[in-house]
Amino acid sequence: MSNECKVDCGRRRLVVATAAVGGVGAVAALVPFVSSMLPSERAKAAGAPVEADISKLEPGQMMTVEWRGKPVWIINRTPEMLGTLPKLDDQVADPKSEKKMQPDYAKNENRSIKPEIMVMVGICTHLGCSPSSKFKKGSEEGMSGDWLGGFLCPCHGSTFDFAGRVYKAKPAPDNLEVPPHYYIADGRILIGEDKKGA
Amino acid sequence: MANTNFEKYKSDGSLQGNVLEWVDARFPLTASIKGHLTEYYAPKNFNFWYFFGSLALLVLVIQIVTGIFLVMHYKPDASLNANGVPVAFASVEYIMRDVPWGWMIRYMHSTGASAFFIVVYLHMFRGLMYGSYRQPRELTWLFGVGIFLCLMGEAFFGYLLPWGQMSFWGAQVIVNLFSAIPLIGEPLSIWLRGDFVIGDATLNRFFSFHVIAFPLVIIGLIAAHILALHETGSNNPDGVEIKAKKNEKGIPLDGIPFHPYYTVKDIVGVVVFLMAFSAIMFFAPEGGGYFLETPNFYPADPLKTPPHIAPVWYFTPFYSILRAVVWPIFGIDAKFWGVVAMGASVVIFAFLPWLDRSPVKSIRYRGPIYKTFLTLFVISFFILGYLGTQSPSYWGEKISQLCSLIYFGFFLLMPWYSKVDKYRPAPDRVTG
Amino acid sequence: MKKILVAMLFAPLMAFASGAALHLDKWPGSVADKPALQNGAKLFVNYCLNCHGASYLRYNKLTEIGLTEQQIKDNLMFTAEKIGEPMRVAARTDEQKKWFGAAPPDLTIIARARGSADGSGADWLYTYLRQFYRDDNRPTGWNNVVFENVGMPHILWELQGQQVMNKDHKLELAVPGKLSPKDYDKAVSDLVGFMVWMGEPMQEQRKSLGWIVLAFLAVLFVFAYKLKKEYWKDIH
Repeated sequence: MSNECKVDCGRRRLVVATAAVGGVGAVAALVPFVSSMLPSERAKAAGAPVEADISKLEPGQMMTVEWRGKPVWIINRTPEMLGTLPKLDDQVADPKSEKKMQPDYAKNENRSIKPEIMVMVGICTHLGCSPSSKFKKGSEEGMSGDWLGGFLCPCHGSTFDFAGRVYKAKPAPDNLEVPPHYYIADGRILIGEDKKGA
Repeated sequence: MANTNFEKYKSDGSLQGNVLEWVDARFPLTASIKGHLTEYYAPKNFNFWYFFGSLALLVLVIQIVTGIFLVMHYKPDASLNANGVPVAFASVEYIMRDVPWGWMIRYMHSTGASAFFIVVYLHMFRGLMYGSYRQPRELTWLFGVGIFLCLMGEAFFGYLLPWGQMSFWGAQVIVNLFSAIPLIGEPLSIWLRGDFVIGDATLNRFFSFHVIAFPLVIIGLIAAHILALHETGSNNPDGVEIKAKKNEKGIPLDGIPFHPYYTVKDIVGVVVFLMAFSAIMFFAPEGGGYFLETPNFYPADPLKTPPHIAPVWYFTPFYSILRAVVWPIFGIDAKFWGVVAMGASVVIFAFLPWLDRSPVKSIRYRGPIYKTFLTLFVISFFILGYLGTQSPSYWGEKISQLCSLIYFGFFLLMPWYSKVDKYRPAPDRVTG
Repeated sequence: MKKILVAMLFAPLMAFASGAALHLDKWPGSVADKPALQNGAKLFVNYCLNCHGASYLRYNKLTEIGLTEQQIKDNLMFTAEKIGEPMRVAARTDEQKKWFGAAPPDLTIIARARGSADGSGADWLYTYLRQFYRDDNRPTGWNNVVFENVGMPHILWELQGQQVMNKDHKLELAVPGKLSPKDYDKAVSDLVGFMVWMGEPMQEQRKSLGWIVLAFLAVLFVFAYKLKKEYWKDIH
């Protein structure tokens, strides 16, 4: 029990050495078990990047593609829609997109690579519901009279503008996430991957 | 021997000491450690054969841990997926290919199943050789027989889960055995399957038995097995009671604390076992077709029986006994008596404590008749095991009948031969 | 005495245990031979995948036999859109059942399933794919020595040519194919190699990991044994 090493110094050293070697083995044996809970090849294949053809997406329209089991919205914003964004800077929680909810190439006033094409994950940052689109201005779609268009989460009432920025004093803490994506060609986006070498 | 009236821990004032005192006042921690490890006195003359108890415990842990992780990915579902393959079968291949390290976990589990039986058979043989089943350890032995029975059930239910051809047809044959029971047989086997053939319902209930019901019972029985053993103290290769000779402190003269002496010894056994286990798992996981049978790489097909069905190796001795019975008796057909013989061949182990009438326990002091009977029994067991893997044949049938007779003779004649056999008186103290 | 007893009891067993065995040719290839595996993959995709699936194998797994994703996409991937998808059969199983009576089995693990006391699954496949012969009594016009009345026609006949069974029950090449018999054997060997690899793609990693584990356990054994010796010095 002491460090004095009177009788059994060799024995203590052996106990420690054996325990150390055995411990290394035990930790190594943990690796397969812990790793087996990571996404499998099937999950990875299902989560592989998806390609979206936006050549037929008219201004003002929105399309949804599935990526990793989540809806990804692609919106072809009209100049009018884009025009609403600067007006809302003082009403949204994170107007300059300071929080890391988008790749660096989408950290700008429109939160997009091309100004008009918005790509974002349609999952509310509050508790994971999918917001519904409320594109029409005013109270026509049940919003307040000064509504400029955007999205409303039906679960807890968070509202987002056309760049996915969340309004202040709403349950959702963050702007909607912009997934990694890039343009393979003019009308084709690959969602789920940053441009190679970028 | 497992004295539980140890004094409670008194703190020396350190934080560690205070915590231990607090726990000890509420839970018999010190008492358990002393009673089962540091002051549990085991005979000092354990040999090679005494590794297999702790190894069986190790394999149990391997099976439970790997099983927990396999259940995360396995699906007990007999319906066909989009590729026309049963979901259960495909999920095993999914584990083998798509789950990171899944192949290793699965091979550990499949190799572990065979390892469990190897270790348990050796453990049981040790008991036979040294008379470990005899008074006062009858209950330890009975719990052990219970564990063995449950282990067979556990293995049988587990074997259906990969939903391959052998899984399916093996289960089909075994469940149909129950239909041999007069009157209630047919409805009983339908009730067991939950269907008129082995189907999705059967797969799901076997899954439930395999992952919940039987493991629970087995763990409970193992606890009882060890508690009973620690109550009487361990037997040893000389078959003498070490508690008969104690020193002034009440410690058996031939006893040594289980911890550290047998823990460090068992670690050596564990490492050697793991080497053999790894050698099979990494280099021959199919075990030459005995651990993973090749027809089981075909998905279950209720319309096509494989040309040759054999149970997994650990069931084959009993399966041979089943096939050896070919005559109807009392107007009930042979199938029924085969089932009875097979059941009896397992259950008969439970009667050993009362069949053996030798004045000595260990084979070391027994006479030539017992040694011959035990040798013949072991040889018969191996031959029955081998024949169970083969297709039925004329000579196979005759030999398996002879071996079955020897098998039962070993038990049923024991009251006679163990009594008339010569013996040398056992010493007072353990030797060597 | 025990040994004699064992010998006596096993002698009759040995006599009757050796039943009518299939004669199988030994597969000459190796799963470590990557160029052969790649050639086998090409043959498999071109000849087998039309009717048989390999639905537990994902196309991107083929990178492990030395192919790049681009090569796989360009040369091998005819039945899927994404590289992570499994090698599904081109035809649908239920339709095949209508055409052939039975759906052609999935081949991913066929090399494991075909193992028997007669030889490994690889040996069986290697023999089977080389012993088709013309038989006008069969609906497909083909029969096979190791798989009598097989439902599958000889899909590689263009390569092998056409064999017939002569009076001595030996196979003879009646019409030569595109490949010489030697080249045909090599092609079949590559194809079988691919199927062996596909049956357990991690088999080479498994073995190399096995050596590491055994080496580690050997080291642990030395320590554990010394520790045991050290403690047991106390016991007399």
